[in-house]
Amino acid sequence: MVTEDLSIDAVEARNTPATPEGPIQYVNELTTLNLGPTHPATHGIFQNILQMDGEKIVSGEQTIGYIHRAFEKISERRPFYQIKALTDRMNYCSSPINNFGWDMTMEKLLGVEVPKRAQYIRVIMMELARISDHLICNGILGVDAGAFTGFLYLFQQREEIYEIYEEMCGARLTTNMGRVGGMERDLSPEAIRKIRKFIKNFPPVMREFEKLFNRNRIFMDRLVDVGPISAERALNYGFTGPNLRAAGVDYDVRVMNPYSSYEDFEFDIPVGKSGDTYDRFMVRNEEIWQSLRIVEQALENLPEGPYYADAPEYYLPPKQEVYKNMEALIYHFKIVMGEIDAPVGEVYHAVEGGNGELGFYLISDGGRAPYRLHFRRPCFIYYQAFPEMCKGTTLSDAIVIMSSLNVIAGELDA
Amino acid sequence: MLTNEAVAQDIIQQFGEAVSEFDDPFDLLTLTVSREKLIPLLQYLKDHKTFQISFLTDLTGVHFPDSPGREFCVVYHAHSLINNYRIRLKVFLAENDIHVPTATILYESANWMERETFDFFGILFDGHPKLQRILNMEEMDYFPMRKQYPLEDGTREDKIDALFGR
Repeated sequence: MVTEDLSIDAVEARNTPATPEGPIQYVNELTTLNLGPTHPATHGIFQNILQMDGEKIVSGEQTIGYIHRAFEKISERRPFYQIKALTDRMNYCSSPINNFGWDMTMEKLLGVEVPKRAQYIRVIMMELARISDHLICNGILGVDAGAFTGFLYLFQQREEIYEIYEEMCGARLTTNMGRVGGMERDLSPEAIRKIRKFIKNFPPVMREFEKLFNRNRIFMDRLVDVGPISAERALNYGFTGPNLRAAGVDYDVRVMNPYSSYEDFEFDIPVGKSGDTYDRFMVRNEEIWQSLRIVEQALENLPEGPYYADAPEYYLPPKQEVYKNMEALIYHFKIVMGEIDAPVGEVYHAVEGGNGELGFYLISDGGRAPYRLHFRRPCFIYYQAFPEMCKGTTLSDAIVIMSSLNVIAGELDA
Repeated sequence: MLTNEAVAQDIIQQFGEAVSEFDDPFDLLTLTVSREKLIPLLQYLKDHKTFQISFLTDLTGVHFPDSPGREFCVVYHAHSLINNYRIRLKVFLAENDIHVPTATILYESANWMERETFDFFGILFDGHPKLQRILNMEEMDYFPMRKQYPLEDGTREDKIDALFGR
């Protein structure tokens, strides 16, 4: 016996939920979106908790410190030459700049004058490092905007740069290049050949990359007027490097306080106008060209002479000498065992890192390790501006803003 | 071109007793300022017509456990991008009164740098919008960069400082 009404109308009426009376009410509620800590688009381990109103970002809350390794604390127990291995791990996209920055800080404290040839070799390596740093940043900016091709083109060139590093110091990523007082080895003919090959092969690839991106309609739509920051705000936030120059301030440590013979070279400082993501991209592109100019000039005018300073108590002697010469053996032992006392002093030395002013603040009390060593890490200081820059934009814009800031987790957390 | 003497003279004239210990290691003017006059001095340097020292490069702390009454030091590096002139300011604090006014009212960049200094040294920045740990975890109950926390295991006997550095 059928007790239910099985007619179509009756079934539909039973299955349709009751709709509330009147127009639909929208509740103005914010969505919390967790971006990170391990998100492929952040390129590093840091978290952003975003409050979203629909598509728009209302506010952001940053959490950093996921790869903090206490370098400043470790430095207080390490002999001076061992600290350089720690600096590698800060901005790992341009390790040689960090390495030489630390060497120059020590040389300033010790009063060691580095020969011209070593300074020029350092300039070549630092500018190659800057190129590779900017290549990664701009390549990945393309990836984050949805264009993978350019990244793959450029990575082959980064590979060439890493081969030059390998020729210079045997390592590729964590280079630990150079020594306090000069370089640990001279530019070998093979290294010179590789640098010349890079100078020859790189420009066509870079031009192709620029052709692909610079005036690309879709790419420009994604980047122009996204995440702008005024020069005043950028300075207040402590921006340095390409990000500050994109906002229109021509501050470059290489020109303002020349170190390692940068005053010998002719190069331009590209500056942007509005400080938006597109300007940051273009400034980095142009800096790659300027760095290439410096590498060419340095290689062309490479002076003859020694590649390390005459400072036997600080510079690790060549291995052949250690086997034959008593003094060399003594110095070798003392340096390797960390028994070299540094003079008392207080030094601040800054170099132009891949992301901006990389500073080393060193207090020495005359001991074998620094009394206090502080790294002024450009990323750490300017990344605070991220919530302000992405306020009111969409999530996809926030990703490209972060990407164009070139936040390197190792440098952020030290 | 600003000279260290000119800047030092100007600051002494303006702040008198509050500034002391002038020095210029490696040609960088270094001076100590009292805690009360720190923010007025930063403001003065920032607004000064010719100095225009309006960029806060760096802010960090140092621990000197052996100098009683001034165990902690907060170091400010400021830079005038117009004149290309750098200056270093120091504020010394006693361990039992470890307060210093925040510089965030003048510089946004001081925000995280002060949090970092608090995180590692426990220096309290009065008026900071959010004084929390930044690189270490929230649950940590000590300040790791203080000198009483040795990096190496203190009970080890095979590693003698006299032989293997400190």
